[in-house]
Amino acid sequence: MSVIIQVKNLAKSYWRNKIEIPVLQDIDLEVEEGEFLTLMGPSGSGKTTLLNLIAGIDKPSSGDVLVNGTDIGKLGESLLAKWRSSNVGFVFQFYNLIPVLTAYENVELPLLLTKLSRSERKKHVEMALNIVGLGDRIHHYPKQLSGGQEQRVAIARAIVTDPVILVADEPTGDLDKTSADEILTLMERLNKEFKKTIVMVTHDPHAAERATRVVHLDKGDLVVEPS
Amino acid sequence: MKVFKLIFKNILRHKLRTILTIIGIAVAVIAFGILRTVYTAWNVGVDAAAADRLITRQAISFIFPLPYSYKEKIAALPGVSNLSFATWFGGVYKDKSQFFARMAVDDETFFEVYPEFSLSDDEKAAFQKERNSCVVGESIAKQYNFKIGDLVTLEGDIYPGTWEFVIRGIYKPKFENTDATQMLFHWTYLDERMKAESPGREGNVGWYIVKVEDPLQSAEISTKIDALFKNSLAETKTETERAFTQGFISSTGAIITAMNILSFVIVGIIMLVLGNTMIMSARERTREYAVFKTLGFSAFHLTGLILGESLLISALGGGLGIFLTYPIINGFAQVIPKGFFPVFQVEPITLILAISAALIIGVAAAIFPIQRALTTKIVDGFRFVG
Ligand SMILES: Nc1ncnc2c1ncn2[C@@H]1O[C@H](COP(=O)(O)OP(=O)(O)O)[C@@H](O)[C@H]1O
Ligand SMILES: [Mg+2]
Repeated sequence: MSVIIQVKNLAKSYWRNKIEIPVLQDIDLEVEEGEFLTLMGPSGSGKTTLLNLIAGIDKPSSGDVLVNGTDIGKLGESLLAKWRSSNVGFVFQFYNLIPVLTAYENVELPLLLTKLSRSERKKHVEMALNIVGLGDRIHHYPKQLSGGQEQRVAIARAIVTDPVILVADEPTGDLDKTSADEILTLMERLNKEFKKTIVMVTHDPHAAERATRVVHLDKGDLVVEPS
Repeated sequence: MKVFKLIFKNILRHKLRTILTIIGIAVAVIAFGILRTVYTAWNVGVDAAAADRLITRQAISFIFPLPYSYKEKIAALPGVSNLSFATWFGGVYKDKSQFFARMAVDDETFFEVYPEFSLSDDEKAAFQKERNSCVVGESIAKQYNFKIGDLVTLEGDIYPGTWEFVIRGIYKPKFENTDATQMLFHWTYLDERMKAESPGREGNVGWYIVKVEDPLQSAEISTKIDALFKNSLAETKTETERAFTQGFISSTGAIITAMNILSFVIVGIIMLVLGNTMIMSARERTREYAVFKTLGFSAFHLTGLILGESLLISALGGGLGIFLTYPIINGFAQVIPKGFFPVFQVEPITLILAISAALIIGVAAAIFPIQRALTTKIVDGFRFVG
């Protein structure tokens, strides 16, 4: 199997009021195609930061992040945006759906940046919503859905462009156990059936059990465990 | 799903806030429209109050006469509805301290172009019949106790000799500010005596009074009249009759200037109102903008989204305001005393200004939210807690 995500010598600091806050240091990580990797660690250990760097919504202070052969740290703002739209699917803890758009419209959103025709978009959106099991809720607004359903819409939005990798930041963090299980089952399915490479941040040891590999972050350092 | 649909959905998020903002803009546009209309009506008024009457005089000085032969040429110009003329006579009545205006006028047209000098038809007919008759204003009639049929003797200075006139009419002033202290007699009488007594001085008039059909054309007609006599021995200078208006301007000018400034201050205020709404909206949507960016939407898209929303609100408010301005201005026009403003309506320039103001407001109100949305980093957008 080929390596799809390659993190080399990565460090990241934030600057607040001219004070440097080091978050990650000297991170090396490789993720193979088809892996379902979970990132665990205490709050504030830098999990979100690492995930954001892999997904190309933040820039490393030093080191490289290569995804599918592209050194994304070297891409400019607009190229990076283009790259994200075709390579990465995002799932957030708080779903982050656009409240004034229906489930259908939320899922359609990333497709508006593609050349797909209206009817092609429709096919993709319906397929994605069917995969997450919401084929019967397509014209509901986020506030008409439960948390678990909202998160499934968010997952549909993440997979509708058929991205190379799927990143999820505590996707079950805000859900009850049943809904959380459903979401994890869905993620597992996406990994097994649809061969999606997934990087998921979680607090929950049960969630980690579904993964093919678990890595731990502690105060910005990676503690790799064999799975 | 189109961008416009999203913009539309966005403005409906806080319906009350959007409605209040639209009403705010509409009210401000109406206020702007009214102030501008008064301002433009005033400026038209300055011209029109005097402007349906032009005075054509000798270009070099008022004291030089103009040929009587100009009459036909001026009268023939399109837009000229009536023409009269007068000559300053001067002269002495009893002694030099008794001053009132004495003028030789055209008996046929003078009272037509000065309708505010009201003279009964009988008196007018009596005046026109006799060569050496005259008409005096009510004020001097009272002052000197003149009666119809009285004889008035003047000692000429500009036009030497003794001049006797019979009073055949006493005119009444129509308005408070109408001059009722003039003595008017036949220009033909003066001209005939000049022909007989001072050959070479006949065939002259002091000035022409030109009545125009449309006050808005006064400037154009003035230019045309003066062009007629360019390079002749007696070039002319034609102006609107604005002595009265001039005095009025200087006392009210400050108010009008204030209105002009105020109308633009209002535009500034609407800008702040809409700007505030847009900033609140954009702040609330910080996370959503981060989502859009994460999904790959560009600065161009976000700008369109925010600018579109701002422009839509300003267009709705501006449109509503402009729509309501018309009936309101018409309502005002009914209430304002007739003749106070010769023209009181929404001028095209007001409309253009109101539309551009709404546009500028829409753009200006979006600048700060756009700048904020574009410069906020995605990761900071997600961490933002409104
Ligand atoms: N955008 C940012 N600006 C400043 N500090 C940040 C930013 N993102 C994260 N941090 C800081 O970096 C550290 C790690 O944050 P994060 O990656 O969110 O941790 P985790 O997801 O493991 O809880 C925290 O101390 C946090 O305050
Ligand atoms: Mg986190």
